[in-house]
Amino acid sequence: MEQSFEPKIIGFLCNWCSYAGADLAGVSRLQYPPNIRIIRVMCSGRVDPSFVLKALKEGADGVLIAGCHPGDCHYESGNYKAMRRYLYLKKLLKEFGVEDERVRLEWISAAEGARFAQVVTEFTETIRRLGPSKFKEKAASAGKGA
Amino acid sequence: MAEKLKIASYWAADCGGCDVAILDTHEKFLDIVQAADIVFMPIAVDIKEKDVEAFPDGYIDVCFFHGAIRNSENEHMAKLLRRKSKVMVAFGSCAMMGGIPGLANFKDREGILSRVYFESPSTDNPDKVLPQTETQVREGVLTLPAFYEEVKTLADVVDVDYFMPGCPPASHQIWNVFQAIVAGNLPPKGSIVGASTKSVCEECPRIKENKAIKRFYRVHEIIPDPERCLLEQGIPCMGPATRGGCGAACPVANQPCRGCYGPLDGVVDHGAKYISALASVIDANTPEEAAKILDQIADPAGMLYWFGLPASLLRRVRK
Ligand code: SF4
Ligand code: SF4
Ligand code: FES
Repeated sequence: MEQSFEPKIIGFLCNWCSYAGADLAGVSRLQYPPNIRIIRVMCSGRVDPSFVLKALKEGADGVLIAGCHPGDCHYESGNYKAMRRYLYLKKLLKEFGVEDERVRLEWISAAEGARFAQVVTEFTETIRRLGPSKFKEKAASAGKGA
Repeated sequence: MAEKLKIASYWAADCGGCDVAILDTHEKFLDIVQAADIVFMPIAVDIKEKDVEAFPDGYIDVCFFHGAIRNSENEHMAKLLRRKSKVMVAFGSCAMMGGIPGLANFKDREGILSRVYFESPSTDNPDKVLPQTETQVREGVLTLPAFYEEVKTLADVVDVDYFMPGCPPASHQIWNVFQAIVAGNLPPKGSIVGASTKSVCEECPRIKENKAIKRFYRVHEIIPDPERCLLEQGIPCMGPATRGGCGAACPVANQPCRGCYGPLDGVVDHGAKYISALASVIDANTPEEAAKILDQIADPAGMLYWFGLPASLLRRVRK
């Protein structure tokens, strides 16, 4: 079974930098694993922690949040806010027995197509090593019987 | 004259403070019993479960069910009262979101039983006896409710018509809701009643100056300025992420809001919302500095789900 595990990864990418970076990876025909499903958001600061928890609950094995490098956010401080939320979120996941490596925050600019491909490759490997998330399994059985 | 309303109040997994809050309507309680017959309320009226079973289905007009679902008895009574009641109200934070008993979801069943029956300092249990759902004695079989793996909300086990938050619900809100019931003036099914649609901050008289913070304090580590926002003084106050209706009771009494009225409309996870609110007030632009400030929060997970862990997305620990 372990062999056939294909991680499902949700990527929240900010419109101005990281999504453009992913786009560049695509047009440059860079290879990266097909495990990531990308959701474009206006800014990494738009990613409410509940989006991440919901993604994990509804079947994601890992969640990537990517935004502009510090100082480059188009809304000035959205990425700093994202960073602070992310640090808290990791603490929270750990306390619940969910591996905090399942959530990852990266800064990827519009020019960094290669970096995007590399982050996705690495992250997919991390999640493959962790195996399927327990969070979605247990969440599916929550609320039923004893 | 129209028939008097029949109401019930039941006590499942909770401290009983919800019943006290009903009695805390003081002299208005006399108006309540004037307009309604209390047909079941174990704390105040001597009516037994078998009497409830004998009621026709739908006999009770409104049941205020308080307490979470911790064991099979709670679930059994929830189902019985659901059947016997036209309107089922999840009354108080425990029934609505799991409440304080819901914090038990930070542990699993095995861990709780082992702590309580084997490890706690005052326990003497050399034979490692655990409560059993059935025990044979000379006189017959003794039974106990089954202790569940996790704490659930009322809506996890039965259909709920209205949700009334609060630990306990504020007595003036109980009176408001009761009047709405008497007047037949209830909102659509599924609504939250006895609360506001705005946050606790909006009801809070403290002065906000949009100040970012460099460190957090626990309540005993600081004497807060009585006029200024507690959060901006570094005391984690859940006011920005919490539904109002209590009149900001805690900040008014110099204590931070712990979130007992639950999340605002449209929020899927109360704790996640509060992470966002906290992230906005922390004054740190490097991960190192932010981590240092966040480390000052004593119980980061417990703080987020003080009253609503079973209703949260994470719901309980994973092993
Ligand atoms: S954060 Fe707390 S103290 Fe500050 S305004 Fe809101 S409710 Fe009042
Ligand atoms: S201030 Fe917060 S914790 Fe206190 S009663 Fe109101 S909602 Fe509950
Ligand atoms: S716009 Fe890219 S992180 Fe804010």
